[in-house]
Amino acid sequence: MPERFFWEAVRDAISGEMRRDPAVFVMGEDVAIYGGAYGATRGLYEEFGEERVRDTPISENTIAGAAAGAAMMGMRPVAEIMYADFLTLAMDQLVNTAAKNRYMFGGRTTVPMVLRTEGGTGRGIAAQHSQSTEAWFNHAPGIFLVMPATPYDAKGLLKTCIRDDNPILFIEHKMLYGTKGEVPDDEYTIPLGVADVKRSGDDVTIIAYSKVVLDTLEAADILAEEGIEADVIDLRTIKPLDMHTIVKSVRKTGRVVCVSEACRTNGVPSEIIARIQEEAFDWLDAPVARVCGEDVPIPMSPPLEAAAVPSPERIAAAAMRLME
Amino acid sequence: MADDKATLLGYLRQMLEIRGFEDKVYELLSRNVIIGASHLSAGQEAVPVGACAALRPDDVITSTHRGHGHCIAKGGRLPEMMAELCGKSTGYSRGRGGSMHIADVAGGNLGATGIVGGNIPVATGAALAIKMRGEQRVVLCFFGDGACNNGVFHESLNMAGLWTLPVVYIIENNLYGMSVSTKRACAIDSMADRAASYNMPGVAVDGQRVLVVREAVREAVERARAGKGPTLIEARTYRYYGHSRSDPRKYRTREEEDHYRAERDPITLFKRYLLDEKVASAGEIEAVEKAVADAIEEATTYALDSPYPDESELYDFLYVE
Repeated sequence: MPERFFWEAVRDAISGEMRRDPAVFVMGEDVAIYGGAYGATRGLYEEFGEERVRDTPISENTIAGAAAGAAMMGMRPVAEIMYADFLTLAMDQLVNTAAKNRYMFGGRTTVPMVLRTEGGTGRGIAAQHSQSTEAWFNHAPGIFLVMPATPYDAKGLLKTCIRDDNPILFIEHKMLYGTKGEVPDDEYTIPLGVADVKRSGDDVTIIAYSKVVLDTLEAADILAEEGIEADVIDLRTIKPLDMHTIVKSVRKTGRVVCVSEACRTNGVPSEIIARIQEEAFDWLDAPVARVCGEDVPIPMSPPLEAAAVPSPERIAAAAMRLME
Repeated sequence: MADDKATLLGYLRQMLEIRGFEDKVYELLSRNVIIGASHLSAGQEAVPVGACAALRPDDVITSTHRGHGHCIAKGGRLPEMMAELCGKSTGYSRGRGGSMHIADVAGGNLGATGIVGGNIPVATGAALAIKMRGEQRVVLCFFGDGACNNGVFHESLNMAGLWTLPVVYIIENNLYGMSVSTKRACAIDSMADRAASYNMPGVAVDGQRVLVVREAVREAVERARAGKGPTLIEARTYRYYGHSRSDPRKYRTREEEDHYRAERDPITLFKRYLLDEKVASAGEIEAVEKAVADAIEEATTYALDSPYPDESELYDFLYVE
């Protein structure tokens, strides 16, 4: 199977869907000639032209709202917001329009749009270009939330998202674009709401999503050296959430670590842990642990930035504490 | 092109329907038959009726929190509207939206928003879709003077001007954003002048005269349909009721209100036109008034007799399965 960069997987998903469906188009800041701030739309402008690959003014709220309006009129926009931090500027249209319109209008409309963005730490670009903001949207009914960790998942999930009739926020981690993985050239899609067990083990369940899945797999190697076998669940989609796979694993291991790069308080793990105690309390042998980002704006200084987010060592240490 | 009598009486009927609907809603709010927030547009009828008169049936509109008039003018049915305000399952949005979120997508009303200015990006995106699909349709985007000071107004007008989108932006300038007068909120006197920044014509019109509004919008719609891009129209108007039920209207004088009702009422002005031009007789106008009063009563009865949605439907329509 050919290897592809994560950014290529994203680009190939979009170009494949654009060839398949003339209603699909791309809009966002610097997505056309520049090819996207992280290169994920490189080549689309050259293939599809400026009508279907649109550089927009720096107008985040109108990018999101115009995507919603175009979607309600039969198009399938794939809009881009350059940084997840900038979702604040688009939040009104995403939450109050895109997410609510179908429900608020009694099902009389659909809003089939994808809004891609990019978040996370790792490049020393500080507090306004490094935040993980997904929890805000997990709290907003009416919009799905997808955060893949591998090129394979990115391509299959993004194709599904573009074909789906719901508004979807698709968040890519900036440190994943340069990672490589096997991606078939043949047509495939991945359903929403289906987690992927990236490594099997019987001793401890580690739940993660996006880039910290890679950290978790490294942690699983560390744990294996200590004789501890981790079941590593990559959620892939945060909403809809695959509780079935989570509960199945918890019943097997009885011990759970939940990992997220986003700051700890009210993060995605908070919700997952609540659901585990609601649905699998009797199978737990220890309190559920979490390894999250610290509750600080992301600092620029390299040692501080690293200290603000999970690492393989911290994830492994949390799992080992559960085994004591 | 001379207007035929039926067309002109149709405008009168729609304006009377809006007035009658708003007066009835006010009565039902006072009796607590309708709960929640209803923002009434009595006094502003000539703007939506004149504007929608310039549209084809397949054109679309986006609406605001003060949206009952837009819905009626675009051909919305009174029973489904009143049922929506009452939270009934027979309403346009099956009771989920109420007054602030009436949508009649099948009829070309993409919906009302409770976020001031929130419909402006949606209209802009709808116009983008129309252009990309190569259709000959036009989007009419209604919003108030308050929305002109919101960021999305500037973002969207810039984008529409840049991309030559088939959209007509209509400011319903009723002089107050809730309680704050435009003089205390807007740095310039004429909001239509802002069009100059966005490469589109800006036109200010008397929003109390339905035919004046229609002519301005017709020109803008023709321009948009011909692929020449957007227009900004400022229609100067006045709302009779307060911003909402709880508004004591301390920010304006009773003399000002009396002046508009006595001298500038859009329905009185249009009736006078119909009589002066001998389009219709007093008896014919009375017949329209009677028919509208009956229609409002029928709509109210339909709404009150309709069932509420069942609790089991709480999660319906949240996601497309």
